[in-house]
Amino acid sequence: KVQEDLNKQLLDNLVSFLSRSHSEFQEKTTEWTCRMKFREIPTAALVLGVNVTDHDLTFRSLSDFLQNNITPYIAFLEAKDCPGIKNLMQKLMGQLMNCYIDVDSLEDEDYVQVSQNRIRCSMSSLIKWYESVTKKTDSETPSKKRTSSSTHWQSPPVVVIFKDMESFTTKVLQDFIVISSQHIHELPLVLIFGIATSPMIIHRLLPHSVSSLLCIELFQSLSCKDHLSTIIDKLLLTPQFPFKLGGKVLQVLINIFLYHDFSVQNFIKGFQLCIVEHFYSQPLSVLCCQLVDLQKRVNSLSHDQCENIRRLPSFRRYVEKQESGKQVALLTTDNFLKEETQKLLEDLHVYHENYVSVLRCLHVFTSSLPKYPLGKQIRELHCACLENQVWETEEYESSLQLARMLNKSDLVTMLQQCVEILLSSSGKEFDNTVENLKKFLTQFQNLEAEAFQEQEVSVSSQKELQKKTDLYHLQKTLLELKESRRSKKLTKFEMLRFEVVDYIDSLVRKYLVPADHRTLHEILYFNTAAVLRGHLNAAPRTALHTALNNPHWYLKNQALKCDGGSISNKAPDICIAYKLHLECGRLINLVDWLEAFSTVVMAGEEPNANTASSDQMDDIIHARFIRAVSELELLGFIKPSKQKTDHVARLTWGGC
Amino acid sequence: MSRIEASSGGRRRVLQVKFVSDDEVLKHIVDDTGNKVRKDKPQPSINLKRFVKKLQNISDDEAQEILEEKNYIATLGICAQDPVGNGTSVSGGEVYSFQTPKRSSKMAELASELAHTPEQRVTPDHSKGLEKRAKTPQSSSKPMFLFLMHVFALQSKKKEFVSTTPYRLRKRLAAPDSCLESESEYSASCSEEEDEEDQQEVSTVLSGQKTPAKTKAAPTHLPRNSLAKKNKEEKMSNLVEEYFEAHSSSKVLTSDRTLQKLQKRRLNQETLRELLKKAPIAYAAEIKELNQQHESLFSKWMLQLHLGFNIVLYGLGSKRDLLEKFRTSLLQDSVHLVVNGYFPSITVRSILNSITEEVLDHIGTFRSPLDQLEFITKRFKEDSSLELYVLIHNLDSQMLRGERSQQILAQLSSLPTVYLIASIDHINAPLMWDQAKLSLYNWLWYETTTFSPYVEETSYENSLLVQQSGSLALSSLTHVLYSLTPNARGIFRLLAQYQLEKKDNPSYPGLSFQDFYQQCREAFLVNSDLTLRAQLTEFRDHKLIRTKRGADGVEYLLIPVDDSTLTNFLENQDEDV
Repeated sequence: KVQEDLNKQLLDNLVSFLSRSHSEFQEKTTEWTCRMKFREIPTAALVLGVNVTDHDLTFRSLSDFLQNNITPYIAFLEAKDCPGIKNLMQKLMGQLMNCYIDVDSLEDEDYVQVSQNRIRCSMSSLIKWYESVTKKTDSETPSKKRTSSSTHWQSPPVVVIFKDMESFTTKVLQDFIVISSQHIHELPLVLIFGIATSPMIIHRLLPHSVSSLLCIELFQSLSCKDHLSTIIDKLLLTPQFPFKLGGKVLQVLINIFLYHDFSVQNFIKGFQLCIVEHFYSQPLSVLCCQLVDLQKRVNSLSHDQCENIRRLPSFRRYVEKQESGKQVALLTTDNFLKEETQKLLEDLHVYHENYVSVLRCLHVFTSSLPKYPLGKQIRELHCACLENQVWETEEYESSLQLARMLNKSDLVTMLQQCVEILLSSSGKEFDNTVENLKKFLTQFQNLEAEAFQEQEVSVSSQKELQKKTDLYHLQKTLLELKESRRSKKLTKFEMLRFEVVDYIDSLVRKYLVPADHRTLHEILYFNTAAVLRGHLNAAPRTALHTALNNPHWYLKNQALKCDGGSISNKAPDICIAYKLHLECGRLINLVDWLEAFSTVVMAGEEPNANTASSDQMDDIIHARFIRAVSELELLGFIKPSKQKTDHVARLTWGGC
Repeated sequence: MSRIEASSGGRRRVLQVKFVSDDEVLKHIVDDTGNKVRKDKPQPSINLKRFVKKLQNISDDEAQEILEEKNYIATLGICAQDPVGNGTSVSGGEVYSFQTPKRSSKMAELASELAHTPEQRVTPDHSKGLEKRAKTPQSSSKPMFLFLMHVFALQSKKKEFVSTTPYRLRKRLAAPDSCLESESEYSASCSEEEDEEDQQEVSTVLSGQKTPAKTKAAPTHLPRNSLAKKNKEEKMSNLVEEYFEAHSSSKVLTSDRTLQKLQKRRLNQETLRELLKKAPIAYAAEIKELNQQHESLFSKWMLQLHLGFNIVLYGLGSKRDLLEKFRTSLLQDSVHLVVNGYFPSITVRSILNSITEEVLDHIGTFRSPLDQLEFITKRFKEDSSLELYVLIHNLDSQMLRGERSQQILAQLSSLPTVYLIASIDHINAPLMWDQAKLSLYNWLWYETTTFSPYVEETSYENSLLVQQSGSLALSSLTHVLYSLTPNARGIFRLLAQYQLEKKDNPSYPGLSFQDFYQQCREAFLVNSDLTLRAQLTEFRDHKLIRTKRGADGVEYLLIPVDDSTLTNFLENQDEDV
């Protein structure tokens, strides 16, 4: 669970990093706005994108930053707290005065009490407060936290952040802006609007007369997709954390992100859930730890845990490959098994390090190809590599073909990038690779020096290639090339290019083996995507639908088993009632329904119908029907209707 | 069996009569099923064989449709199973889509169908029965004979044909049409009519066995005649049209039967409960097994709650017992709050109050729930050792589903030491939450289908079928009446008696004010218009009567109590007097 904290921290770092860039802008604005004409309120509009849930963090770090660097006076307003201008002012006053207390912390408590309980909040009292505060700070602690920007000023500005501008009532916003613009002389106010949709919303919400009072500067935050790639970069594509996501799981998380909410926070939540699930459900997850602790943990494994290891499918595959003596040893002696396990896990760690580096190299190659056969983002490439052996896919094939047609300058820069990546990685095996790549580079340079006449040819062919970017033509040229290769002698450059691509290919084949081909991958990889989807992206309606239509799915009783869409007459009451109501239109006659219901139920209970008197039986069925109907009402399938006596209205359609 | 083959070369018709055995017919049908879509060459001759084939098409098509329906449902079933199993994509449209037209008698049909075991499904003798019978090979020879008769009829009266087929049938016919479109215009246009006519003929003949084949008596038992006619031009009946059709007909076709005509007393809550107790719970063993599965997750829930997630349970069946079990087994020693969301008078404020008063021991009131929430937040943040488990049964109940309540609950649940575990039942419950609320709630979804009856949850609901607390109304009536003057009591009595006299008249609007005044005067109960009005106002304040204005502007008075209660009331009054 230590890791979880780490992750959270990481997110915070990330967001604060992002918002720091904002706040630098912010700093500039404050500087810039202080010279503005005083009739206009300097305003910053932050366009943050649709991932509303992430805004909270961004704003929090923004206000923290502002508080530390520019001004202690920050008020943070949310639409749900401010249904009217009065509430808004109240909230504003409360926050400002509280934070003032926080900063100075030498005020007596009485003052707070008074300010909080004061109901009459007006701009003038705010100004009075501000004057008193600034005077005090000027006299008492003139060398307070001041950034360079506020040295021009006698007093720091008051920043008011509107977190979700779209949901504020128009009138409240207008009133507030008009009122505060009257007092801008006395009170240096800066507004920040958080905007989720588009900057146009300001003009839609505020009439011209109001928006002319604002001096708006627009800031665009990074898109949430960029956030996601940073997070994936820092969390997944790093050997730092031993815990890994399986291909399917990652796919699920990314799908939820892309198709449902664009929320980085939810992505993180899903990731956390994966960690929890993994450590909860996998008994061997104790071994999922940093390399440093590994030995200790492996040594402390109990016999049962060793048995668990032996039961892992990947380990069994591994055992089967060994010679018989070793097989016996692995399956019987715990100590030997432990040693072996440790070795394997270390191998796995090394594999990760190599994997990430080579993946990045491959990404360098594939991300610049036309049409992106292997995806633009590294996460797509990562998914592809996790799913199956990437070199067997068609996409990989075509991207290699395309890579064989790259021009020289691109190829050289790519190789240089690869060298950098490999050098920066911690893997030890790459010395050789780097040397090889460097050799290629020098060869390219030599080529340039020695062959002028050949270059002309290649340049012309390159030009041709650059012109044709669409796939059809590309394929055609590929075919032509194939033919010409047989007939024409290859130039030196082309030879070299093939060599490079083949080398990269060999790297990929060596290092990008999918994780589930590795022994003991179960310990580090979380792979049950179904659980994850069930918990994060549940489908309550489908569950209800299944339960009502096909009770056998839940209740394993032979009597309920039936083929196709019909259900047997022995099904639970609610299922029968539901099934019957599906046949009705907008309104359902209760009497008809009851009759149909009792027909079905009676038939279902025919064998013991004689035991009870028919009258009593009737009553019981009536009662059961009432229960079923009121349950359906609770579930929202029907509602009482006043259109006709003893009718209910149906609320759902289809389904049968 | 005799089979007649009519082939008309050019304008001349030649009749051939041939004896064909049943077997051959059968064989023929079987043969043809394969090449249903075979395109005949555009030829002037109308081959009876084609008719046969077309009938075949029809019955085939029906069979096909039934088959398709089955397939569809099967796939639905599979789809629905998927999220439980491995969770592949299910399109929501398949589960609950738009309204589609339904026939009024379908429920009864399905009921009788369900009543019989699936193996020996006996067809009811409605219009549907004919479809099914037509499908069976034994009877298919009879329609074939009729076709022949029909050919002659058709040649002369092609255009005067009035379609009487029900809409659904027509829809089925539309499908084979499309494959015959490539034929000559003539045959395409008439083939449709022929088909329909065939169908109609068959239906008339089959329903009344003795009707002559040529009659065109329109069956009267089929609804939607006009609709079918209107739709005749539209060959393609796609989803859009279906949708609009379903919504255009403001008239609802249901039977007019009411519960009152049913020879059965309305049950009240107690007797209902008694009766249900007698009824055995079906599949108790399986339900128990299900519950045990869910119970095995308890420790996992605890872990996840502590890690900052909140848990929401969904699925059919009451989750109350499950949560109760969770509470008793794991939360005995910790501070917890159980909220019965289904209780009709629960409010967010009462939830917050119980937190501040019972958990935080705070005495005092708050101006608004927001203030209260702020206070709670502050307290929980100050004291990190303070932990609270909140169990909410039916988070989606009437009282809690409001936007503001959900916002407050979400904020409450987002506190790190407040652990929320809730259940939802309504199919549209997830719509309560937008992104912001969802992220505050930080839900983990758990499917806990229990199939146990919603005993507690529905007991507060105002079910249509349960007699609405008749005893309560009666006692309140008597109590209010006791506090009134004898004159006032008399006035009310008059009104009640009058209403009881008219109880058989379903369109009884109430007693008009003028008439009532007249009656009261005659009984020496009031002496002026104004005194009666004052008295009525008092009644109205106690909700003893209801007034409404009729179409002619006259005020009508009505006692909004059902007849049996009123009778009881009058009897009581009589005893007292």
